[in-house]
Amino acid sequence: MDINLTLIGQAIAMAVFVWFCMKYVWPPLLGIIEERRTTIADGLAAADKGARSLEDAQVRITAIVEEARGQARSILDQAQTRANGIVDEARAGATQERERILQSAQADIDQQINRARDELRAQVAAITVAGAEKILAREIDPRAHQDLLDKLAAQI
Amino acid sequence: MSVAGEKTSAEYIQHHLTHLQVCKDESGAWVWNECSGNFFAVNVDSMAVAILLAIFLGWLFRRVAVKASVRTPGRLQSFVELVVDFVDGSVRNTFQGHNRLIAPLALTIVTWVFMMNLMDLIPVDFLPYAFESTGVAEYLRVVPTADVNVTFGMSLSVFALILFYSFRVKGAGGFFGELTMSPLNPKTLGVPVVLWPLVMIFNLVLESVALLAKPLSLALRLFGNMYAGELMFILIALIGLYQLPLHFGWAVFHILIITLQAYIFMMLTIVYLSQAHEHH
Repeated sequence: MDINLTLIGQAIAMAVFVWFCMKYVWPPLLGIIEERRTTIADGLAAADKGARSLEDAQVRITAIVEEARGQARSILDQAQTRANGIVDEARAGATQERERILQSAQADIDQQINRARDELRAQVAAITVAGAEKILAREIDPRAHQDLLDKLAAQI
Repeated sequence: MSVAGEKTSAEYIQHHLTHLQVCKDESGAWVWNECSGNFFAVNVDSMAVAILLAIFLGWLFRRVAVKASVRTPGRLQSFVELVVDFVDGSVRNTFQGHNRLIAPLALTIVTWVFMMNLMDLIPVDFLPYAFESTGVAEYLRVVPTADVNVTFGMSLSVFALILFYSFRVKGAGGFFGELTMSPLNPKTLGVPVVLWPLVMIFNLVLESVALLAKPLSLALRLFGNMYAGELMFILIALIGLYQLPLHFGWAVFHILIITLQAYIFMMLTIVYLSQAHEHH
């Protein structure tokens, strides 16, 4: 257990080893550790930012969807209204058309009736005159009694 | 695995506690293992193991440092970074000043002392027996930190740094003031000026003892622990077959001592150097 030159040898070895570590080991390793620390911090910050922008996007998406839904609803409403209008218009047109057709048919019928009545009247007058002619024989001058016959015919 | 068969127990222990030494005798020729009391002897086994371990650690760290990657660290890199980060944290927590030397110094100390202590876990007869039976070396002690020269070599280096930084940071006057004006400050003590030198001398004696105790305790604590551990392994190796469970138990317990002593040596170095940087 003597003290000897080994002491100085160890001191020299230690100085060399410390110098080596100080120059070639410590700075690069600590640099790597620091760099990784900043990389991780940056990554976490970026992740936070991403999460926040995702939230923002979610909010925007909700707003857009809500707006689109509103638009769709109003378009549907409009379409419904429009369809109702078209149906109403069509119904009104059809009713008018029916009225018109009915009226013209009525008018035709009236016309027919009048015409038939006129013909009938003329024929009755002719038959009456012929009857009267037969009854009165030649006694009666149709021209002299024309006004009387017309009056008779008008009364039928 | 005991070679005690040919030797008595005392001889066996003596053999295990003898360093492989080389020195020059009076005639100037190199002689082996006849250097008792000669200061200019070198414990070849301690130096060789210490330097080999230093080279191994230096090579390992350098390899990791060169190949290190920020994004995809390998297992070895992660482990080395863990150690570096731990040392860095210890230094940051204890040492408030700015000094580029202290962190690498602490890394060197903790890893190197740990590796040197770890040699204690190699079964005590493996290397000595191998070297002796092949005729390479008659003696071999593989635990450098169980050599008092090695621990003093490191603690006195730390002591030199303590003195160097004390002088540089505080100046000669400041350092001398620290040694003489505390713990009893004559200015606040209320003693007449004539008696001040007396108080200062008293302080100087106390503080010198405290200062000198730093390297002494640093070296002897490590040496004592490792020497005692080594001796325990040697004694356990003497008892024959029953040594196996004992050896295992002591080895497991010794892992704690190995780590703890390396950590203590590092922490105290940081604390002492931190004190050397404190300005009053």
